[in-house]
Amino acid sequence: MKTTNAKTMHPLLRKFGPLLGCIVFYVVIMLLRKADIINGYYMQVMLFAGVNVLMTASLNLVNGFTGQFCIGHAGFMSLGAYGAAVITTMVFKSNSIPEAAQIPVFLLGLLCGGIVAAIVGALIGIPSLKLKGDYLAIVTLAFGEIVRALLRLIQPIGGARGMIGIPNYANFFWIMLFVVLTLWLLRNLIYSSYGRAFIAIRDNEIAADAMGINTTKYKIMSFCIAAFIAGVAGGLYAHVLSFIQPDSFGFVKSADYLVYLYAGGSGSLTGSVVGAVLLTILPEVLRFLATWRLVLYAIILIAVMLYRSEGLIGGKEVPFLRIKRSSLYEQPLFGRKKNGLSEE
Amino acid sequence: MKKILRILCLALCVIMAVSVCACGPSEKKGSVETIKIGLAFPMSGMAAMAGKYSTHGADVLKEELGGKITVGDKEYPIEFVVMDTEGSEEKTANVYQKLIEEEKVIAIAGPDSSKCMLAAAPIAQNAKCPAITSFGTNTAVTEVGDYIFRACFIDPFQGAVAAAYCDGQGHKTACIMFNNADAYSVGLKDAFVENYNGEVLAIEEYSGSDVKDYNVQLTKLAAQNPDVLLLPNLNVELGLQIQQARTAGLNCQIVCGDSADTPDVAKVAGPAIEGVAYVSAFSAESTDEAAKKFVDAYVELHPDELPNSNAELTYEAVKMIVWAIQNAKTLDRAGVRDALAAIDGLDLPSGKMTMDPETRNPIKGGIIMQYDADGITRYVSTVNP
Amino acid sequence: MATILQYLVYGLQLGSVYALLALGYTMVYGIVGMINTAHGDFLMIGALGTYFIAKLFDSMSIDGTYPMLAVGCIILIATVMTGGIAVGVEAIAYRPLRNKPRMIALITAVGVSMFLTNFPRALPFIGPNPRPFPTLFTPKTFNVLGASITSTQIIMIVLAAVTMLALDRLVAKTKIGAQMRAVSMDKDAASLMGINIDKVISITFFIGGALAAVSGICYASVYPQVEVYMGSWLGNMSFVSAVLGGIGDIRGAMLGGFILGIAQIFATAINSTFGYAVGFIILIVILLVKPAGIMGKVTIEKV
Repeated sequence: MKTTNAKTMHPLLRKFGPLLGCIVFYVVIMLLRKADIINGYYMQVMLFAGVNVLMTASLNLVNGFTGQFCIGHAGFMSLGAYGAAVITTMVFKSNSIPEAAQIPVFLLGLLCGGIVAAIVGALIGIPSLKLKGDYLAIVTLAFGEIVRALLRLIQPIGGARGMIGIPNYANFFWIMLFVVLTLWLLRNLIYSSYGRAFIAIRDNEIAADAMGINTTKYKIMSFCIAAFIAGVAGGLYAHVLSFIQPDSFGFVKSADYLVYLYAGGSGSLTGSVVGAVLLTILPEVLRFLATWRLVLYAIILIAVMLYRSEGLIGGKEVPFLRIKRSSLYEQPLFGRKKNGLSEE
Repeated sequence: MKKILRILCLALCVIMAVSVCACGPSEKKGSVETIKIGLAFPMSGMAAMAGKYSTHGADVLKEELGGKITVGDKEYPIEFVVMDTEGSEEKTANVYQKLIEEEKVIAIAGPDSSKCMLAAAPIAQNAKCPAITSFGTNTAVTEVGDYIFRACFIDPFQGAVAAAYCDGQGHKTACIMFNNADAYSVGLKDAFVENYNGEVLAIEEYSGSDVKDYNVQLTKLAAQNPDVLLLPNLNVELGLQIQQARTAGLNCQIVCGDSADTPDVAKVAGPAIEGVAYVSAFSAESTDEAAKKFVDAYVELHPDELPNSNAELTYEAVKMIVWAIQNAKTLDRAGVRDALAAIDGLDLPSGKMTMDPETRNPIKGGIIMQYDADGITRYVSTVNP
Repeated sequence: MATILQYLVYGLQLGSVYALLALGYTMVYGIVGMINTAHGDFLMIGALGTYFIAKLFDSMSIDGTYPMLAVGCIILIATVMTGGIAVGVEAIAYRPLRNKPRMIALITAVGVSMFLTNFPRALPFIGPNPRPFPTLFTPKTFNVLGASITSTQIIMIVLAAVTMLALDRLVAKTKIGAQMRAVSMDKDAASLMGINIDKVISITFFIGGALAAVSGICYASVYPQVEVYMGSWLGNMSFVSAVLGGIGDIRGAMLGGFILGIAQIFATAINSTFGYAVGFIILIVILLVKPAGIMGKVTIEKV
């Protein structure tokens, strides 16, 4: 498990290898797309997979690294989706702006979506100071439902009818860029002193407090950053689908992200990527089963959890998502006590 | 540990390679091309019942065609490709992409809900593939582009029919309870309020199909003592609502949208269903040849059930596509689109149907149906607001 | 006044469904320590099972009502069957994960819940269609201070309270209850004391499943429509109730259920547009005031 092959790599390659890999991956995909070997359907599934990676990775920050229990993550996503869509569709009328201005407007939209979500994320972070475990979970669930219920009632953004005519800006380039950026950012964050603080809170909040970590600050920060990323992911989602409506961000979607996170392996960014990508593709692969599709999906999910209960990746990281201290990931979930329950 | 990782990576690569190969140069066409029609319906999820009826409706036409279609004097094999949308926009968009890009369907029927269609319609429009929504009543659906059609009424029309019927019956006061989480429900309510000449005494709301307790809202409405109660809601909710309304003491006339045209609503509501009127385009007891044929064929295929509005609208949508294929100038998506827009006086179960080439909405008359004490639907009147 | 009383009746009716379901939820949580998201689907299995079992007893019914004996049989079979399914689910899906972090069991439970809803949905003879629930009890309506209350509602409310008391006594006074408490405190130590952990947990799941079936029958008696998706939302609401009352606490679960039911009904009564959201806002406020639930005690953690 020692990072032998990372050490033997040329330092430059180690530094820029992943970036190079991403560029090569992008170019290959685009070439295949041009040659029509990858058709629009595969492209679209990849776009959704990218959005799901963003969502899962951000949820990982809260649930996997900071040890909080958020089950209303889709609420942040909806705020970001609406925030971004309002900017690109209503503030700057999408079809009336010149081509050159589209990208800045799109980015501005994503930023606004992210900020709206982050502000609310900070608000949700506040109860997390008082509440623990399931009690916090219920508050996040309630928050998700409240956001959904309120979005239905705001008529200027379509209410229950949803928002239509959102420009189709989010192509493979943008999704890929944001996925790479987010993973890079999260990796650096987790290995920074902030990340160590998050992990300390996860492993034992009281001990972390005693060691002089301002748990209040870090918990709110964790929620805030995760909400920002989820907001951006929501903005991208809106600009992939070009139609959003409040009910698509319900508890079912939040539960999906929880499944992606834990099936992939919580406390591991690689796990988030693998979990989100595989489980986005799986239902599509199973389409030949017609009505029995979700039955088999459920069986596969149960089997994965039974036979690889630490998740598919199980707290490991691929070399470029891991800096030196791989030991941080060794036991992400196991061997800690929770809420006075008798667990090993 | 490293081994496991390596195996995992390998597995990932294999999966990707397989999927890329699978989607690659798909099998080249044989001598006679199969014509494929896509059907996108929710087979699972909360709306699964609508999907079940829809696909059963399409089965009738499949049986009728017997696997082949005659275009001009040439016979082609025909295939219906059914895919599950789960009632989610995201999945519907995937299904549309798959049907268009991979299955190379000539046209798509479904999905049944406006929200899913609104997410899918831009895809069909960009790919220039004609698509007919069976039950997407939101006006915005066909405004997406000239490749998007619908087989049902639009909300404003249906609301106007309901309002005209209530006015015609001399109902002076009305109350409404609607689902503020559902576009169909909101659309019908808005259209009704706009067109109704009487007074709307009170409007109560509830959120989503999950909550099954309407007692409070109905009790409040009962206190208003209206002449008519409008329930513009989904078929999975209506049975309980009608029953609870009667229990709460609302003994006035109840009027619903076309989603009430579902046998299960009557079954769940039990005796309370008596006298409930709804807007429809189609009457199962119609003596019209096409309607009779459809109902008979449906019951023969699915002996345990009667067709509902989903089944009937899907049948019509697919029938329109089949007709368009047979009458297209060129046998491709553009040709089918043009033929669809030119439908004029096509014999369908709901009567002779003409497509408005401008709005791509069908021009249909609205009829009012009413449930009798045994839960059988009876024709009441034809309303043209 | 009469209207408020009437709303209170509706609130108690909804609350008793939440409470009955939350009792099973909280019991499984308290003893096994897992959030069983599939609990709501046991309710569905119970209600749907009752529908099909009642079909078998059709020949005994007169005008759609069944004799008391048949009703007893139907309820008993449905309850035992659901309890059995719960035990089976535990043995297959949850037991291997008993010593794993509870989030893992939670995700498995999501998978189980997906399976339990989609499997009957995909079966051709069940399918997604809603079905009318048979009338097991013919309700009599009473008038109390201008508000009408039916016998079914009274039965439900009383049943919730009686079940709560019975469970509370079971856990506090009986031998099996003592074993349950021991398992809840420390599985390994309990095992060393000669307690058969598998048996205790199986019994817990049986009780949980059976209670879910009973609440399914109650729910379907007042909202007489059964379908495969009816459980998921109720499961969430019962989780909310259990947490609101202080999860793991049996008295708290019942209290939480009633408070949630009444809060939702009154929020809807005041303004039906915002009722849905307000119900959840009340929940958040309560939790901010009582961070460990209404009956929950704040545990002091030692490092």
